[in-house]
Amino acid sequence: MTAYLKLDRIDKSFARGSQVSEVLKDIRLTIDKGEFVSIIGHSGCGKSTLLNLIAGLTKVSKGAVLLEDKEVDSPGPERAVVFQNHSLLPWLTVYENINLAVSKVFGRTKVRAERHEWIMRNLDLVQMAHARDKRPAEISGGMKQRVGIARALAMEPKILLLDEPFGALDALTRAHLQDAVMDIHARLGSTMIMITHDVDEAVLLSDRIVMMTNGPAATIGEVLSVPLARPRRRIELASDRTFLRCREAVLKFLYERHRFVEAAE
Amino acid sequence: MSIQTVEDTKVKAFPVKPAEIIAFTAKARRRIDPLAIVGRLATALVPPAVVILILLVVWQIACSSPTASLPPPSQVWSEAYDLIAHPFFDNGPQDIGLAWRVLISLQRVAIGFGMAAVVGVALGALVGQSVWAMRGLDPVFQILRTVPPLAWLPLSLAAFRDSNPSALFVIFITSIWPVIINTAVGVRNIPEDYRNVARILRLNQLEFFVKIMVPAAAPYIFTGLRIGIGLSWLAIVAAEMLTGGVGIGFFIWDAWNSSRLPDIIVALVYIGVTGFCLDRLVATVGVFVTRGTTAK
Repeated sequence: MTAYLKLDRIDKSFARGSQVSEVLKDIRLTIDKGEFVSIIGHSGCGKSTLLNLIAGLTKVSKGAVLLEDKEVDSPGPERAVVFQNHSLLPWLTVYENINLAVSKVFGRTKVRAERHEWIMRNLDLVQMAHARDKRPAEISGGMKQRVGIARALAMEPKILLLDEPFGALDALTRAHLQDAVMDIHARLGSTMIMITHDVDEAVLLSDRIVMMTNGPAATIGEVLSVPLARPRRRIELASDRTFLRCREAVLKFLYERHRFVEAAE
Repeated sequence: MSIQTVEDTKVKAFPVKPAEIIAFTAKARRRIDPLAIVGRLATALVPPAVVILILLVVWQIACSSPTASLPPPSQVWSEAYDLIAHPFFDNGPQDIGLAWRVLISLQRVAIGFGMAAVVGVALGALVGQSVWAMRGLDPVFQILRTVPPLAWLPLSLAAFRDSNPSALFVIFITSIWPVIINTAVGVRNIPEDYRNVARILRLNQLEFFVKIMVPAAAPYIFTGLRIGIGLSWLAIVAAEMLTGGVGIGFFIWDAWNSSRLPDIIVALVYIGVTGFCLDRLVATVGVFVTRGTTAK
């Protein structure tokens, strides 16, 4: 069986003048359709660079990103990104922000009424239909992120890429949104890759957790499968042995074997 | 559990204490209070009115002596009464009211400034977007923008061989630089995230320009347009003095040649008020168009 998404021996280095800094080295990973994969690591280890490579926003130096056996090297709506700071266009309403994506992606295949229905369905999915005529400045941070997720989902992506989507949110809002993402993942069966630095979040949401070593020349240190049945409920999991074992494994990786060295920053 | 329910509790929790006050202001807001409006108008209008009155008195005293070279306000009022009271009279090709002259000048400004706005935004977008265009064009712009408006006039008269297109060109070349430079800065400051959104959606150049670049840079563009329209109003009066025609600038020159000083003073007031209105117009349009663009 061929993998849905394959990262084939990827190297990434940035050149600044004559100085070349190697960020990622020999990244190999395959992801199946419908899988939820988290990428975790200390800050500065190149997690976001890896996500940008998959999104096509930056080009690989060596190796290739293969989606359904086809190489991708430029961005496109089939690999939609949910940005850390939502990146909604402030001059458009919630509805118009999603409409921008929908009319570009489905402008030829759907008529206006179908597009409207599709926008509203995605807004319903993140429970934001009530705010359709508000501008981003008028809604809370959590709501903005919900709209960002709706915009990405509205592109009907093959893979949804989430770049620390809940990093800027308070703990309660973050929990709500994690539940929303789990719910969407269960309902749509979408393939998702999420960057995070939150161990609990990674274990709660993921089928597999990809743990990155520290840079420079970071690579995948370990991949942990999370054999927890879905749907997962955070309160039941808090004392679940498998959950605690996974959590401990990630913590051990991050804080014992690959301790973040402050001086390296 | 949804965000909505969280919101609801917030809203409920809030007005518990000051409930009476809220009901009170809601009632008061529904009625228009004439006293309050008069009061607000008074605070806005009384101070400038007092200052203007004092200035007029000082001017009257300073210019009342028989040896004064400039006319006092009373003389302006009596001698230029026609111009003040009847801005729209029309007694033939060269004898028309000042409002008509201002309108003719405004028409020139509209054409010249309109072209400058379109070309300026396009060039500014190019300079802001492309590093090579910036390296090549920016030094040229920086030098050309310091050339005073009237220095362009002989050259444009030679090129166009007609006064009207020359005046238009002078307005164009005067007002284009702030538009270009501000647009370029605005485009350079578009957040990388907006560009990434555009790249993921595969927006083409035109879609990116219309849907992302112009709205994102709109606050900068309007700053440039506001400076530009002020400059073009400065330039038109000077250009018309030299090129002739029926605009307000030529009227001043004509009045000077026939020693009608009170007429010049009235014309200056017209020019000032019009310039002020133009500035306010662009600022208001800017506020309206850029609503929400600067908010995070």
